[in-house]
Amino acid sequence: MTKVVSSLREAIERAGLKDGMTVSFHHHLRNGDYVLNMVMQEIADLGVGGLTVNASSLFDVHLPLLDHIQSGVVSTLQTDYMAAGLGRAISRGAMANPVQFRTHGGRPADMARGVTPVDVAFIAAPACDCMGNCSGKFGPSACGSLGYAMADARYAKHVVIITDHLVPYPLQGWSIPETEVDSVVTVDSIGDPKGIVSGTTRITRDPVGLVMASYAARVIEHSGLLKDGFSFQTGAGGASLAAASFLKDIMLRDKIRGSFGLGGITGYMVDMLRAGCFEKLMDVQCFDLQAVESLREDPRHQEISAMHYASPVTKSAVVDSLDVVILGATEVDTDFNVNVHTDSNGYIMGGSGGHSDTAAGAKLSMIIAPLFRARLPIVTDRVHCISTPGKDIDVLVTQAGIAVNPKNGELADRLRSAGLPIVDIRALKEKAEGLTGKPAHLPQGQRVVADVISRDGQLLDQIRSVER
Amino acid sequence: MRRSMLFLPGNTPNILINGAYLGADAVILDLEDAVSPDEKDAARILVRNAIRTLDFSRCEVIVRINSLDTDFWQADLDTIVPCRPHWIMLPKTARSEDVQRCDEYLTALEAKLGFAPLTVRLMPLIETALGVENAFAIATAAKRVGALFLGAEDLTADLQCKRTKASREIEYARGRMVVAARAAGVDVYDTPFTDVNDAEGMEADARCAKALGFTGKASISPRHVEIINRVFSPTLAEIDYAYEVLEAIAQGKAQGKGAVSLRGKMIDAPIVARARQTIAAAEALGLGKGEAK
Repeated sequence: MTKVVSSLREAIERAGLKDGMTVSFHHHLRNGDYVLNMVMQEIADLGVGGLTVNASSLFDVHLPLLDHIQSGVVSTLQTDYMAAGLGRAISRGAMANPVQFRTHGGRPADMARGVTPVDVAFIAAPACDCMGNCSGKFGPSACGSLGYAMADARYAKHVVIITDHLVPYPLQGWSIPETEVDSVVTVDSIGDPKGIVSGTTRITRDPVGLVMASYAARVIEHSGLLKDGFSFQTGAGGASLAAASFLKDIMLRDKIRGSFGLGGITGYMVDMLRAGCFEKLMDVQCFDLQAVESLREDPRHQEISAMHYASPVTKSAVVDSLDVVILGATEVDTDFNVNVHTDSNGYIMGGSGGHSDTAAGAKLSMIIAPLFRARLPIVTDRVHCISTPGKDIDVLVTQAGIAVNPKNGELADRLRSAGLPIVDIRALKEKAEGLTGKPAHLPQGQRVVADVISRDGQLLDQIRSVER
Repeated sequence: MRRSMLFLPGNTPNILINGAYLGADAVILDLEDAVSPDEKDAARILVRNAIRTLDFSRCEVIVRINSLDTDFWQADLDTIVPCRPHWIMLPKTARSEDVQRCDEYLTALEAKLGFAPLTVRLMPLIETALGVENAFAIATAAKRVGALFLGAEDLTADLQCKRTKASREIEYARGRMVVAARAAGVDVYDTPFTDVNDAEGMEADARCAKALGFTGKASISPRHVEIINRVFSPTLAEIDYAYEVLEAIAQGKAQGKGAVSLRGKMIDAPIVARARQTIAAAEALGLGKGEAK
């Protein structure tokens, strides 16, 4: 028996795709992904329309979606993140229906709750056997973890695996088992390796980024959380990686052995594992080749699903056991609300991803952001969009000082005692505005172009059109 | 306490704007080598506005003006001194007369502006063979001189030798500068280490300078600042030992002892002097006994 079908078209036809249905995709191939565009073009050629596309993230490689929106093939987008090129078009009103932004934990939760049923999941797999056992760890398009695709495989009514590396049955070390797969399609290539993972991720050389990273590491050092059993997540940005590098030095110096590193995993987290800073890595997504190799070779490096990572409706998720997370922001307001969906002009250029999931779960949620970018202060009176509510944020680290959420007075006292420059968040805003001036409030459009849905399914905020 | 001095080009606003946050005890806002002749006026205005506008409360401000053999130095001082920088750095200082000429101009400016005399201090940058030979005369040429600064890049060109990481070629100059400065009772700063990617080399170079007696060291890279601060700060062990020395001396005095020993070694006057210097440095850094890291 084999589930391999002759073509993508046959797979779509067998899935029974009809007007108005929902199709889903994962984003592990990131900006190198060929599959979403390939599938949507085939669907368009079949004349199916009015579809909802539920993608865990959308990158600018997916700009052809705009044509499918214009032609009516796609009527609704559900995603956790949207890159700036697509985001700009959406902000200018490219869609009639608002985009539905969820979080990496909220997406599988809403699939499980039946809020966002998926009719057909198209899952790009770097390696797959003829029955659908598949993995991201092997093959020419290896991306490492397939954590975000696991919910699609579990909850979609029909699951199609698309691979460019068909291996003999059974594939060892699968991420998604054949029990969840209906058909398998082979194609020449599922993605461009250069866009899937970066060769290496690098810590910042920017002196301001290094100052912020040094402060971030010292905040963790003096938080009371840095002890044996410590758990940690950080992003792949240069300053976040630099903070991880400084933290590694502190952990090795003080002989602290953490329990696990979580999240999107980079080579720096792998280095920390190998150096003995952690016992395990819990990996929902690999950011670079070193992480892919580690996931393949090192049994201490464990692949996890998005549900396991961050879902608020599972019996437990790893974010609930997390001590510290370092996160970014495009804006932070004086109530510590964080925007990662839009830029300071209101254009969509991101999304929560796991931001608000980890902020809600971690004992210490820290934002690293410079005092200003170009001519715009980062701290504002009110963010354009609340991506993560201020109640879940503990600390904002800038080069000009560290603001601690007033709800966490004990932490502020600890950090102040350690000699760290603790400042009121309003003082940071005033300091930045003293140099840049207070930016005029930009008028927002009338149309709602996106709904921001919290991890527990509530409407958190709405993003309006930009009509300038 | 001034351990590190970080050069910031005077013509680059996005670097100046973050200069105070980079951890240096002092920033050197540079109007000389970092700025091409056709940008001198723009940089002068930018540096003036930076001092007026930015919050430099965390560090001292030093402005490196252009040397006395250019047409720029007086305009530099006319523009910058009204902003009350802590220091003026005078490049290519070779003779006591150079110091006196700059000092006279500064004295007149201070009087004109209604500033107290010696509001702005002077840090001669010694970067020629003649300057090294005249170091003591330079350090004592005016009360305004508070520190000497060795610049090895220009010096080695003047010495007609190659500048190397090992720095054998500047051993004499370093020693001569330290002796001259200490004899004059002023601070003394070592030349920057110019390979910004070599942290180990940087640390070794800073340790060498500290061992010779330098007060601190300049840097052209923010990445070197933390290393310099660490090397030129007293360690926990040094602070604890300094307190032990003073306690042993106090106890000995109370017991009427003429000679006091600690850890099997006699405590003599130089040891006590060094202990007092260490404690003064620790206090300046806000470090008490048992608190250093």
